[in-house]
Parts: sequence; C-alpha cells; structure tokens
Amino acid sequence: MASPAHTGGPHLAHHFANLDQQYQSAKLGMWVFLATEVLFFGGLFCAYVVYRANHPEVFLYAHQFLDKRLGALNTAVLICSSFTIAWAVRAAQLKQVRLLILLLSLTFLLASGFLGVKYIEYRQKWEHGLLWARRYHPEVHLVQEGPGHDVEVPGAAPPGPGAQAAQEAPVTPAADGDADRSRIADAASGPVGLAEPMPASGEHRVVAEPHNAQVFFSIYFLMTGLHGIHVLVGMGLMVWLIALAWRGAFAGGNFTRVDMFGLYWHLVDLIWIYLFLLLYLVH
Amino acid sequence: MSERTASGVHITSLRTLVVVWIALLIGTWLTVTATYFDFGSLNLWIGLAIATGKALLVALYFMHMRWDRPFNAFVFLTAFAFLALFIGLALMDSAHYQDVVIPGYAPALQQ
Repeated sequence: MASPAHTGGPHLAHHFANLDQQYQSAKLGMWVFLATEVLFFGGLFCAYVVYRANHPEVFLYAHQFLDKRLGALNTAVLICSSFTIAWAVRAAQLKQVRLLILLLSLTFLLASGFLGVKYIEYRQKWEHGLLWARRYHPEVHLVQEGPGHDVEVPGAAPPGPGAQAAQEAPVTPAADGDADRSRIADAASGPVGLAEPMPASGEHRVVAEPHNAQVFFSIYFLMTGLHGIHVLVGMGLMVWLIALAWRGAFAGGNFTRVDMFGLYWHLVDLIWIYLFLLLYLVH
Repeated sequence: MSERTASGVHITSLRTLVVVWIALLIGTWLTVTATYFDFGSLNLWIGLAIATGKALLVALYFMHMRWDRPFNAFVFLTAFAFLALFIGLALMDSAHYQDVVIPGYAPALQQ
C-alpha cells in the first residue's frame, strides 16, 4: 500500500485510527447512501416499466409532447457539470483552492441552467394543460379525433379473426387532405378505444390519442420532479462547499467533502442519462 | 506514474477527465441520432446499451470506481440487483393479471 501510516492530525476524528480509515469510512457510507438513492428512484422506474410494458401506446403518443432538443441540451449541460465537479475533486486533492472555487461556481451555474431549461419545459406543459392525473386537460391534440371516437359500442365489434387482421395490418398514412379520418384504427382493434396496439415490428407511430395519456405525464412529473429536487439539494450543497472553500477549509488537502459531493452529483447525472432516454426518446 | 494525495488516494488526470467528458457528449449525440433510425423493438435496447455505456464511464472514471475499493462497487451494484428483482417481479405480476381484471385493458398483451 502506498498510504503511509498516520499519527493523527487536525482533520482526524478521534474514533478513527488514521486518515485513510476515516476517508474510506466516509466513502463506504456515501456508496451505501447512493445505493438507497438508486432504490428510491427505483420505485418510479418500476412504475414506468410496468406501465410502459402494458400500455406502450400511451408512451408512444405522449412523449411527442416533450422537446427532444431541450432534453438533449439538458443532458449535455449535466454531463458538463459532472465533468467540472470531477475536475473540482481533483483540484481539492491538489489543494488548488482558487480553481476549486471556480469549478464549484461553474458547476452551480450549469445546474442553474439545467433548472432553467426545466422551467421552460414545465411552463410549456402547464400552458398546454399537459399535467398529471386529473389535471390533464390538453389544449393541443396531435391529431383531431373524429366524432364518436370516444364512444365504445358494446358488442359492435366482437373480437375475432377479423379484429386480429385489423390489428396486424399496417396503418396506411392518410393523404394530406384527409387527416381527420382513417389514421385512427377502427374500434375492432381493441376495447381500449382507439388506441392502437403497438405492433411487434414498431412500424408506425401512434397518432390517435390513447386513453390514460395523463399517466405518462404523472410519471414524467414525478420522475423529473424528484430529479429536480436532487439538483436543487445539490446546488445548496455547492453553496456550502464554496463557502467552506472560501474560508480555507480545503487548503490543507482534506478533500473528503468535495469528493463525497462529487459522488452525489454524478449519481444525479447518471439518473438523468436514463430519464432522458426513457422519457424523451421513446420509439 | 499517476498522481496521488498525501494519504495515497489516486488522483484522476485531467486528460482522463476530458476524454471521458467528450466520450459522454458523443454518447449523448449517438443516443439522439439512434432514435431517427428504425430498428423496430431493438431501438429501446440500443438506447439502453448506449445509456449503460455512459453510466459505466461516469461510474468508473468520474466516480472513481476504477481505483476504488471493490467493496464499494459491490455495495452499489447490489442496489441494481435488488432493483432488477423488484421490477422483474412487478412486471411478471402485472403481465399475469392485468388483462384478466379488465378484459382487453392491456392491448399489448397477448390474450
């Protein structure tokens, strides 16, 4: 081992034998915390997976209301902030306090940028009534539903070989002047109404609004909201670290707190990588 | 030789950090680009593979796991094992009852 034995010092708590043991304990504790964070978000990922597996049409339809470009921009912003915080840890290890303060401030700015973009996205959803559960009153529809499509006619279309064929036949896109009709699968395709079942080949997009599209927005707001709260907490911690650095707490090379915060921030980035893929890039 | 702190902790070189940063940005571009091609049901798995590749880069280099004690990685990966169990069982469960409770409620399921 390269680590020399320590005989104590100003940073060593009395219940640790040496600085290395103290550092490794903090690190193990942090990883345990990150594991619980994964499980915390895991509940929402589970809701996502179960609902998407059973109702892919809801996701195919509703994800089109999310702006891929803004999502990609935010992904890039978070990746840049992960890079600056990784560099900040290096600066703390090398006792480069001024560089550390600069990088922490830069990370804070990137985090603000992330929340700013998130604010633009949330406001658009709010204005269009694309909210969770009972608050879902969309003002915009990607395709106008024809008259009578909400009505379920019992017994009108008994499932049979014909219905099966209707499900399997690819939906031909309507001519441009004819957008109001015929893109929507007929009632035979399922009692869900007019939500098309997703074909195994994934050949076409769903254009008709399926039932329960609000569930997508419930999941969207819960997942990105919980993630956003984590970003906010991270920004608070960054202010605290900048204040500590300003007062010279990291001049002596005690970089543990910066390192632990870095781990937290990378996890926030890591979760967003999956959120971006699963919410914005449904195919 | 790599740099180390006084207590012997490995310091990641700036070059490594920059390379990983650029790789992550390229990965993001790749994820977005892949959605413009139609690979059928493979699209989701291609996306997940790229995302997991990015996640590995973040964990191994930015989170320092590559130079860390293996036990920390073990603790972290345990969470994913339990997550897989959790999601897998929930998925099996819903696949078994959902179309029975409300006939036809889950059109994606084979009935």
